Amino acid sequence: MDEFGLGTDLLQYTVSGLTIGAIYALVAIGYNIIYNVTEIINFAQGEFVMLGGLFAVFFMGTLHFPVFAAFFAAIVMVALAGFAMERFVVRRARHASVLSLIIITIAISIILKGTAMLGWGKDPYSLPAFTAGSPILIGGAALQIQALWVLGVSIAIVVSLTLFFHHSLYGKAMLACADNPSAARMVGIRVRQMVLLSFVLSAAIGAAAGVAITPISLMEYDRGALLGLKGFGAAALGGLGNFYGAFVAGLLLGLAESFCAGYLSSGYKDAVALILLLLVLFFKPEGLFGSAEAAKLKRF
Amino acid sequence: MLTLKSIHTYYGSIHALKGVSLHVRPGETVALIGANGAGKSTLVSTICGLVKLHKGTVEFQGRNIAGFSPEDIVREGIALVPEGRQIFSTLTVEANLQMGGFIHRHNSRQMAQDMKRVYERFPILRQRSQQLAGTLSGGEQQMLAISRALMARPKLLIMDEPSMGLAPLVIKEIFKIIRELREEGRTILLIEQNARAALQISDRGYVLETGKMVLQGEGAMLLEHREVKRAYLGKGAKQIWEA
Repeated sequence: MDEFGLGTDLLQYTVSGLTIGAIYALVAIGYNIIYNVTEIINFAQGEFVMLGGLFAVFFMGTLHFPVFAAFFAAIVMVALAGFAMERFVVRRARHASVLSLIIITIAISIILKGTAMLGWGKDPYSLPAFTAGSPILIGGAALQIQALWVLGVSIAIVVSLTLFFHHSLYGKAMLACADNPSAARMVGIRVRQMVLLSFVLSAAIGAAAGVAITPISLMEYDRGALLGLKGFGAAALGGLGNFYGAFVAGLLLGLAESFCAGYLSSGYKDAVALILLLLVLFFKPEGLFGSAEAAKLKRF
Repeated sequence: MLTLKSIHTYYGSIHALKGVSLHVRPGETVALIGANGAGKSTLVSTICGLVKLHKGTVEFQGRNIAGFSPEDIVREGIALVPEGRQIFSTLTVEANLQMGGFIHRHNSRQMAQDMKRVYERFPILRQRSQQLAGTLSGGEQQMLAISRALMARPKLLIMDEPSMGLAPLVIKEIFKIIRELREEGRTILLIEQNARAALQISDRGYVLETGKMVLQGEGAMLLEHREVKRAYLGKGAKQIWEA
């Protein structure tokens, strides 16, 4: 009997670890998109996730949109926020160094958090799951239907982004802008457009993650910072700029956290991501999946 | 084809170009030589729209392109092989070439054709097409930079110091490539410190000194010019001084 219980625990922790890990993966991918085009680490990435969840609450709870309409409406709203962030702030500071721009993104994250607090208050909000249904029981562990949605959304995003960046000319043009902006202009790539596109795209992906996770873990105005930090941990672990790496690292991070919470103490849960981040930066700064060769050719 | 009329450009607070005029006719190879700091690179940046023109006109095929953005100037038909190559080092060789043809991205057949032609010209690039461009040797990177510019199907090819930082044998190879491009009837503006090699393969040449055009003429004539010999070729300087 005892052994059965242990197996059930393991399975349960795995399932919840993969679910939250998929969210970290999406946040990490958001970092990677902007990093790939501009070499900026956008520390407002976590706020995009928070805004996605809260906008979905607004569209569903207040305006009574059906669930998928609310999902897409929230994504559009946050994408607009990403647009505004690039168009009205980052673009105006375009002569600043990458480091100054990173600091600007921290400022924006604080502003977004404050605005969200004014708009939605300090209470956590919930959303109904995308599709109704009781949890699926596998070997005694409960798998929420929404967890499948989270994983499905993440996988769809990873696959389409990988195809976009490695097989489409626009994707490669975005990478070229990151590599050498002035050379990119000389071959006729409109760099400002590509940078704008990167902010819109990663805001939209962050929002998708936020909407998908809200039915499981609720959403409140100050969740962005921690999600952002853990997502950054996943991005570094997977190798900055590497989508596949970010996805696997996000899942690993989620699993590590879930096991720590289950077997050690849930109090140490948040430290796991930071410890992993430190270990990576000390011992393998190019990340688990990043190529050392490519890392050498990059400035950051 | 390209006509610069008394252009003035500031590089920061430095008056870098003081009324420079230059023209390139279709099918010509024109060399622009000058020492470090003479304003050669500023001149290139001005033509390509990277530096703002203070006074004067830049006319290309009868259109005034002064004030155009670099992105639009490529679309007008001027491609640059930049100083220091400036390839996309974290992209593959193939992706670099595709980016060169970015302005023709809607014509995938033409792009495939141009790519094939580049690989025929430089088989080494085909071998390394899936390698990151930053891992190529200096000479290979220069071939890639030239190929990337050709992918834009330019009417005018500007080459900024293509021999810079390369080994003597590789420089020879690069000049051979430029000679071939010239024989294909391309229009080339060649900016070089290596005055002898540049003038030898050019129809005409200009000499830029501290922001002013001090000499111009046929390549062969400039090679024989006393002043050029003294200042840029370092040949027989003693005899000239003593004469």
